[in-house]
Amino acid sequence: MDFFIQLFTDPVGFYNQHELLIAQIGINAILAISIFVTFYSGQLTLANAGFMAIGAYTTVIMSLYLPTPLPLNILVGALLAGAIGFLVGLPVLRLRGVFLAIATIGFVEALRLGVILNVPITGEGQGLKNPSADPLGGIVPILISVPIMTYLVWRLTHTRLGQAWAAIREDELAASSNGINVPVYKMVAFIISAVVAGYAGALETHINFFVDPTEYSVTRTIQILTFAVVGGTTNVIGPIVGAVFLTALPEIVRQFAAYRDVVNGVILILVIIFRPQGIVGRGGLAIIAPRWWTHWRTRERAAAAH
Amino acid sequence: MTQQVLNAIFIGSIYALFAVGYTLVFGVLDVLNLAHSAVFMLGAVVTYSLVALHGMPFLPAAIIAILVCGLLGLLIEFVALRPLRRRNAPPISALISTIGLALIFVAIVEQATSGSLFSWLWQDGANSVRFPTGTVPNPTYHVAGLTIEGTKLGILIISVVLMLVLGYVIRFTQVGRALRAVAENRRAATLLGINVDRIFASTLFVSSALGGLAGLLFGLALSDISPYIGRDQVELKGLAVIVLGGMGSIPGAVLGGYLLGLIEVFAFVRFGSNIEAGVAFAALFLVLVLRPQGLFGARLRERL
Repeated sequence: MDFFIQLFTDPVGFYNQHELLIAQIGINAILAISIFVTFYSGQLTLANAGFMAIGAYTTVIMSLYLPTPLPLNILVGALLAGAIGFLVGLPVLRLRGVFLAIATIGFVEALRLGVILNVPITGEGQGLKNPSADPLGGIVPILISVPIMTYLVWRLTHTRLGQAWAAIREDELAASSNGINVPVYKMVAFIISAVVAGYAGALETHINFFVDPTEYSVTRTIQILTFAVVGGTTNVIGPIVGAVFLTALPEIVRQFAAYRDVVNGVILILVIIFRPQGIVGRGGLAIIAPRWWTHWRTRERAAAAH
Repeated sequence: MTQQVLNAIFIGSIYALFAVGYTLVFGVLDVLNLAHSAVFMLGAVVTYSLVALHGMPFLPAAIIAILVCGLLGLLIEFVALRPLRRRNAPPISALISTIGLALIFVAIVEQATSGSLFSWLWQDGANSVRFPTGTVPNPTYHVAGLTIEGTKLGILIISVVLMLVLGYVIRFTQVGRALRAVAENRRAATLLGINVDRIFASTLFVSSALGGLAGLLFGLALSDISPYIGRDQVELKGLAVIVLGGMGSIPGAVLGGYLLGLIEVFAFVRFGSNIEAGVAFAALFLVLVLRPQGLFGARLRERL
């Protein structure tokens, strides 16, 4: 509770005290935007952690070996993630549903275990030290990026591109018979998602002094997925709310911090069962009433009528 | 090399046993049960806690653990799957709700230390433990220059026998016919008077019991029991196995398990241990892209 009191009574002190948390919330919000884009086009891809890794490692390796300025390194990291996203997407996007999810999981783990842990330049299992990291300065580009990217993606979902994505999500066959080039639009969504994830990975290295390969496993992707599911994917605000909520939650309820995964799991199940559209979704605050509840209500009403 | 092949067959039978449960649920319910790896872990953890913390002999402990895992399967069905089925949610929702359960199971074990709420189940937090020596007699045989450990041989026999029994039940018994009917067409099966909900519940029970058994055998043979054995050792490899064999196909999962064991051992011999870990996923990725119906599967329904 102190958390909220401080947030409103002493915002500056709050900011200084929780800088790392705020930075992490920002990173997670960008990742949530990344998974939102593919979700919005009706694809469950779980490759985000892999693209983060590409962005992160590219940025750090460039700043270690090349004299290029940091913004350029971050940009290259993000674009390289997009390029690899294109190459991976070519074969993978023909798959659908669960198979697409599994194939992208395969990509993440093959990248981490097969490539990153075996190429000397990535420091293999030891990870990479990042001497140019700047935890306090690094928070600024994150905080600037989040609203800009949110706005851009929000606009994007209202263009022809976004409408095509929505059409593909609702019914792929109908979309394709209405002249929407389904593979191309899916690919565009996948690449945008990859670039955004790569950008988040690159930014994240800037607030940590260390790039750790274990960060970029499927566990991370699952975490990003929970942001989207809990927040809802009707519009771009949903996943961001999910990211903010789930990242800040362990801080808010300190006594449960050790059991944060239990809390996350319970929230995930409750949301998927009772409110599948997410916290921010159509239908106001409506939830799906469980069967026993409606049973109980009708019985009570019947009893009242007697 | 022959010794390596022997190891491959042994680790392959654990993969196969785990993947059979995975693929059974996918074949019957069309749902990817991502809590299966957590049940695998709990199979090992419950056996360990009964043996090491409560002083039970191994065999009854193992049987209790397998039953507990079966009941966890029912928990998965009632908490994570049935409510979603009631409102015809897309299969992806079930994937996510089982992830939620897996998170809970793993976190409970991981946070359990002595003096905590779950100390009766587990006291070692995130650490890895092994069964006390002498829990199970482990004679070593030397045949034609090969070393065969008794436990590993036992595991091989147990898994092959169980998979044969499962195959028999599914192929030739009334329950098995009902199961296949439900897998083929849920609505038609209902019309034929099959209690679909009961079939689903028993599928989850059997699948999770097999998963738990695979877990405790893994813990026994590899002397590695920790909250993460499911997530790190078999969850994604199990996915690779069922994709190799064709999703939903039980013979495919068995063959896929042994095949993955062989691929890994071969990669280890040829390229060293670093590559070994990535090989399963490279294989998974390639098979999905080149031959999505799996290496042995001919049946490919429209869900792809």
